[in-house]
Amino acid sequence: MNYIFYFLIVFSIIAGALNGKLPDVVSSVLSGADLAVKVAFSLIGIMAFWLGMMNIAQKCGLVSLIAKVIQPVTKKLFSEIPENSPAAGDIAMSFAANAFGLTNAATPIGIKAMEELQKENTDKSSASNAMCMFLAMNTAGFQLIPAAVIAVLVGAGCKNPTEIIAPTLVVTTIAFFAAIFMAKLFQKFWTPQGGKQ
Amino acid sequence: MNTLSLWALPAIILIILTTALVKKVPVYEAFTEGAKDGFHTAVNIIPYLAAIIVAISMFRASGCIELIGQVLAPVLNRLNVPADVLPVIIVRPLSGSAALGLFSEVARSAPDSYAAKLAAVMIGSSETTFYVLTVYFGSVGISKLRYALPVGLLADFIGILAAILVCNYM
Repeated sequence: MNYIFYFLIVFSIIAGALNGKLPDVVSSVLSGADLAVKVAFSLIGIMAFWLGMMNIAQKCGLVSLIAKVIQPVTKKLFSEIPENSPAAGDIAMSFAANAFGLTNAATPIGIKAMEELQKENTDKSSASNAMCMFLAMNTAGFQLIPAAVIAVLVGAGCKNPTEIIAPTLVVTTIAFFAAIFMAKLFQKFWTPQGGKQ
Repeated sequence: MNTLSLWALPAIILIILTTALVKKVPVYEAFTEGAKDGFHTAVNIIPYLAAIIVAISMFRASGCIELIGQVLAPVLNRLNVPADVLPVIIVRPLSGSAALGLFSEVARSAPDSYAAKLAAVMIGSSETTFYVLTVYFGSVGISKLRYALPVGLLADFIGILAAILVCNYM
């Protein structure tokens, strides 16, 4: 992330100067910082709601029930998570929310899953293998119905907007399994966390 | 299709509340206890979001994306990728709203074209990788991402190739 941050900013300033877009680059610093706060604040309400709901789900044993049901899968993907950890239930629920296109619910539940994973993390400042696997599954963006995309197509006057559902499902499945495979592969070759795995 | 997404949310809420009723969990107390962390968690993400959103805004304003587009254009021409889909591909992992905006421009100029279909499949099958990584890792205060970013971007890349292949044959 250090290199990415450095690369993005330094290249932007150099390219902006060469393209004559330096004023735009300068004003984007302020608008970007402003946007960061707006995005975070827009999360507060929905975050509070779903963290509240998830607390009920955890207290009545729903999260650990889901965790138990999907245990065969979690054992394979997240070998570090101990049995009966609430993290597995949170991961499954966030994944389900994502698949059904409930982005508003998926983010808070996913963050709760991260908090559970952080409790079991041996080095609190760096990402555990389980976190990397969870994020790989998440950034692959598995979704059953691409509602936002279909809405845009309908708005643009596309004759057959649902035509994209089947190819999107095929591609998102390929990308999803590719992400899991990559995470497993990188886990083997990347420097282990804090020198031990 | 719309009924599925419409009912998913109420169904989850009903299942949670009904189970709580059966197990005699005090729902109001449990809800407010959990919701208390909402503000704290959202505010915790701000430093990470500020770093990434500022860097990405600068990058987009500088014209770098058009530059990358020019470099990649010959390669993508060979893969049968229309020129106006290219910016969508580059912006997708950086900013979800910007990618959707670019896509709606493509769709509006030719709603039933191959370009619109390809861009639609690409956006529908991927996520805003940088945003997801920033928010999720930021929420627990992790700044060393290890291999999470390369894995995310590689999976995005495979998704793009898959989208091109599938759209050519489906």
